[in-house]
Amino acid sequence: MSATATDAPAVRFAAACKSFGDTRVLDRFDLDIPRGEKTVIIGPSGSGKSTLLRILMTLEGIESGRVEICGETLTDRFDGVERAPRGRGRLRKIRGHVGMVFQQFNLFPHMSALENVACGPRLSLRRSRVEAEAEAEALLRRVGLGDKLGSYPLQLSGGQQQRVAIARAMALRPEVMLFDEVTSALDPELIGEVLAVMRELASETSLTMLVVTHQMGVARALADRVCFLENGRLVEQGPPEQVLDAPENPRTREFLHALNLA
Amino acid sequence: MDTIWNYRWLLLQGLGVTVQVTVLAGLLALALGIATGLARRGPPLIAWPVHIYVEVFRGTSALVQLFVLFFVLPGMGLRLDPMTCGVVGLGLCYGAYCSEVVRGALNNFPRAQREAAVALNLTGTQTLTRVVLPQALLVMLPQLGNLMVELLKASSLVSLITLADLTFQARSIMRLTLHTVEAMSVLLVAYFVLAQLISFGARALEARLGGAWRGRTEER
Repeated sequence: MSATATDAPAVRFAAACKSFGDTRVLDRFDLDIPRGEKTVIIGPSGSGKSTLLRILMTLEGIESGRVEICGETLTDRFDGVERAPRGRGRLRKIRGHVGMVFQQFNLFPHMSALENVACGPRLSLRRSRVEAEAEAEALLRRVGLGDKLGSYPLQLSGGQQQRVAIARAMALRPEVMLFDEVTSALDPELIGEVLAVMRELASETSLTMLVVTHQMGVARALADRVCFLENGRLVEQGPPEQVLDAPENPRTREFLHALNLA
Repeated sequence: MDTIWNYRWLLLQGLGVTVQVTVLAGLLALALGIATGLARRGPPLIAWPVHIYVEVFRGTSALVQLFVLFFVLPGMGLRLDPMTCGVVGLGLCYGAYCSEVVRGALNNFPRAQREAAVALNLTGTQTLTRVVLPQALLVMLPQLGNLMVELLKASSLVSLITLADLTFQARSIMRLTLHTVEAMSVLLVAYFVLAQLISFGARALEARLGGAWRGRTEER
């Protein structure tokens, strides 16, 4: 890895713009996330939170500006328009830095928990089956599912499925982990078990975590920094005790107030 | 019943031809269906010709297609034997139907699953073979099984291009002996049994492919 790549922040948005039709989702958006930081992004629905993560996972593109992951630019510019990088090799290299956990788990239903976790290393890192499955087993034990290796997703509870999904994303040893509302689809009593796994991951100092959530408990438990997003702009950011307990911006206050009433 | 017994070898030969046409045309139709169903999601230059193939072969009768292969193509210098005509004709026709089944299953395939594959950094081919097809095939199977039963029954059309299948032989017996009821009963039972075999096969395959992970939700 070159010197610039290691010095570069884990994630950088520079004047990034993104629209869906007439709706501007990101409006000249700037954000730097240093390596190892645990950033929690909050904000009202439609504020562009999930889109941030989807752009980093290369599931969405941007219209202008720049996005970098671990020093690699996510877009190429031709004719003044930002495009996905040319060449599958580069795209796959960039994706290799990033792991993502989804709101609806998105496990592969036809694979057992073990196969779900082992399939990334086997297929995209070309590990041997034995090696990949041994690692997958260790990861599943780490998320407390050592007794569910052979279970299929349909046989697991939501909380268990989400823990498998976290193990699956971690199996590729990403530098940046994206969590897109990962506790929102869970029954309240199942949130704790997923949050516990995420806290344990957060203790890994080298792992950069980007967490989008509606649940302030999740934000408090994980965040080094909380960012409040509205209408595609960063309205306020800072340590959790500042943003969540003593917000300066009136919009942040309004949002947190509405959450407390709900 | 004596009539049937007397002509049993003829009927069995016919049955053999029917099975052969159905199996070969079925394999051709499935291969074509999957290839063209996938191709229709490809770039327009590939998708459009495939689209035209599907519409032409779905929109014209199988009998006419067989007649074109058997009676018209020789005039243009391409002479195929009746078995090849039957297999290719029915394969092309049912391939078009299969294509629509495949296309439908792929179109309805959950986007979230593809996104998960992207997040795991799988290649396009890996996503197709490891994630999409294992799940989509299960959705297609009942409909494809249905089409194979349809194909079996449509295989009787090959009797009209001189191929001595079960229908052809039964009609010969009818003409020779005038024992219409017996001959027709044989056809009725034979096609019904063959259709049951296909349905059973499709269901068994479905259970085998999906039994492990589907419908056992109660074992939480």
